[in-house]
Amino acid sequence: MRRWGKAVLIALFADIHANRQAFEACLDHARAQGSQRYVFLGDYVGYGADPDWVLTTVMDMVGQGALAVLGNHDNAVGEPSETMNSEAQVAIEWTRSQLGPEQRRFLADLPLTVQDESRLYVHAEASKPKSWIYVKSTVEAATSLSVTPAHITFCGHIHTPALYSLSITAKMTAFTPVSGAAVPMLPGRRWLAVLGSVGQPRDGNPAAAYALLDTDKKEITFCRVPYDVDEAAARIRKAGLPPWLADRLHTGK
Amino acid sequence: MAKPLHEPGVMVDGFRLEQLVNRGGMALLWRVTRPDLAAPVLMKVPRIGEGADPAAIVSFEMEQMIMPKLSGIHVPKFVAAGDFSAQPYLAMEEIEGTTLLPRLSQLPLPYAEVADIGVKLATALDDLHRQHVVHLDIKPSNIMFRPSGEAVLLDFGLSHHDQLPDLMQEEFRLPFGTAPYMSPEQLRGIRNDPRSDLFALGVLLYFFSTGVRPFGEGERLSTMRRRLWRDPVPPRALRPDYPQWLQEIVLRCLEIEPAWRYPTAAQLAFDLSHPDQVKLTGRAGKLKKDPFTTVLRRRFNTDLTQGRAKPGSAAPPSSAPIIAVAIDLTQGSAPLTEALRITAERILATVPSARLACLNVLKQGRISLDSVLDEQGHNKKIDRLVGLRHWAEPLKLDEDRLTVHVLEAVDPAAALLEFVQNNRVDHILIGARHDSLMRSLLGSVSAKIAAEAPCTVTVVRPPRTHA
Repeated sequence: MRRWGKAVLIALFADIHANRQAFEACLDHARAQGSQRYVFLGDYVGYGADPDWVLTTVMDMVGQGALAVLGNHDNAVGEPSETMNSEAQVAIEWTRSQLGPEQRRFLADLPLTVQDESRLYVHAEASKPKSWIYVKSTVEAATSLSVTPAHITFCGHIHTPALYSLSITAKMTAFTPVSGAAVPMLPGRRWLAVLGSVGQPRDGNPAAAYALLDTDKKEITFCRVPYDVDEAAARIRKAGLPPWLADRLHTGK
Repeated sequence: MAKPLHEPGVMVDGFRLEQLVNRGGMALLWRVTRPDLAAPVLMKVPRIGEGADPAAIVSFEMEQMIMPKLSGIHVPKFVAAGDFSAQPYLAMEEIEGTTLLPRLSQLPLPYAEVADIGVKLATALDDLHRQHVVHLDIKPSNIMFRPSGEAVLLDFGLSHHDQLPDLMQEEFRLPFGTAPYMSPEQLRGIRNDPRSDLFALGVLLYFFSTGVRPFGEGERLSTMRRRLWRDPVPPRALRPDYPQWLQEIVLRCLEIEPAWRYPTAAQLAFDLSHPDQVKLTGRAGKLKKDPFTTVLRRRFNTDLTQGRAKPGSAAPPSSAPIIAVAIDLTQGSAPLTEALRITAERILATVPSARLACLNVLKQGRISLDSVLDEQGHNKKIDRLVGLRHWAEPLKLDEDRLTVHVLEAVDPAAALLEFVQNNRVDHILIGARHDSLMRSLLGSVSAKIAAEAPCTVTVVRPPRTHA
């Protein structure tokens, strides 16, 4: 495993979904906060109109040490048997036509999980990572935490941010994070951070979502970043993708 | 798991244990020193070990999350924390003196002193609530006073922070708190309402002014649940000389439904600081408890009595601001006072729980002692109070949302600033004098307020006239 300096600020991104405007806004925000490392939790493509730019950016950053795992949309690019709803299916077929062989190989080679010191990165629920199970409640969160000794598990997939913790007496707690408020990751419990989506938020707030982990203060901050929704939506319409994929960006639903 | 601590002289994480100052049920308190700290600090070490109450651990975790986030004069300053992987502890500033607990042998206290304690506590609670925290265990043993007089709130082990996971909420089905002080909604499992702290403060004020606990001391759930429908004996039934304004305030704090209490601690502090301005309602003169029929209606109202209620969204302190408006009542200022009223009306329409304090400054001579009577023999102060009420009349505010104040001062700006500071005013509206001669002679009051007030300031000008 690569060694990093002791205290770092890690920026984590889930479900970018080819939304260049949202991803750029989050990257700028994270850099302004002083982020030193980057983690990508899958679903770089699908839904949005800029899979090429997003994937090229992610690949460059991985080349410089960022970590990345596989999401179900990324998997569907190379595995047409992956089942998806009809709009996602239309989007992924269009996406295939936009990607080159190098980008397809990058996606095909992505791991399902990455262990990084005391942290586990995975796209969906961790016990069966390739079943793409949504972490919707303390039930799935408990199952996910049961398969790893990691202090913090990070995942995405559901597009709604949440923070679960497991006490030493095996009780689960659930919490809806408040944007910008740092939460201490108490070392006496184990945590599951479900990130909101960068490129297609679904919690009613259209702002792009990502998170920052301060490994020195042991605090996580869920961030919301405004971005040019009009432009991202216009590009989806221009690409001829289903209009609902553009419309929902305005409401974050 | 951590080793127990016993000996003075033992080192913990760079701190040297000096003296065991308190041996509580949930934690030990040590006075400790560290070479880089000028004064000793307190180290709170939870009692956890074999057979320990899991609540003790979770409550300590909550305090570890919340304390480093708090600041200001009304909480002990956070110094350091150690986690459960080594020796769990919290190191914090030691506050001089004792808690309110020893005062229990001197009850009942004089009314003025109870009101003074109430103002200080409500001020401290307002500060805490603005930092997103509901204390949920307000009681004499968790309250101290700095030598400079400000109340300090201790022990955040049962507290709720609305930007942090509530570990207590999820972990336990039974409510946590201290039986005599626990609010009805806390008994029903609601932990995010700042008005629960106003209920506990009401219990404390009742107890300190009558010597009797309004809901007894019973710790059995069935005894505690009575407060979901049964109101306490009015203080005036216990002490006939009990001031009506104080009973009004105390019984409003003890309302069963949070919506009937003060919307914020700042508004409670405001009433306790201005007894003569407290709007008296049916609560003020009550000599008996509510009639049996009312109690029965509450008893079988499942909204009030059902088990674990869903956590609702409690209103943040910002939704019930204290707004002040400075009004010049002299002749010729009509367009400006009208503009002030229109601005006030717009603001009040958007925040229905806001209250309005109308201010006027009665300027005093720097040297001479001015007469309180004007040339015609009228009492100037009373005339001004009448004038302020007249100004506010078109706003049609409920009496409990409106107060009028004439400040007697040499320096109007300083008097207004002092009022804003002492009464935790959130927003002041002030007119800009456009008479340039007056302004050059006296300086601009509005400019000084805008520059120095610790709150939002709106400077209002009369409507533009055609040149």
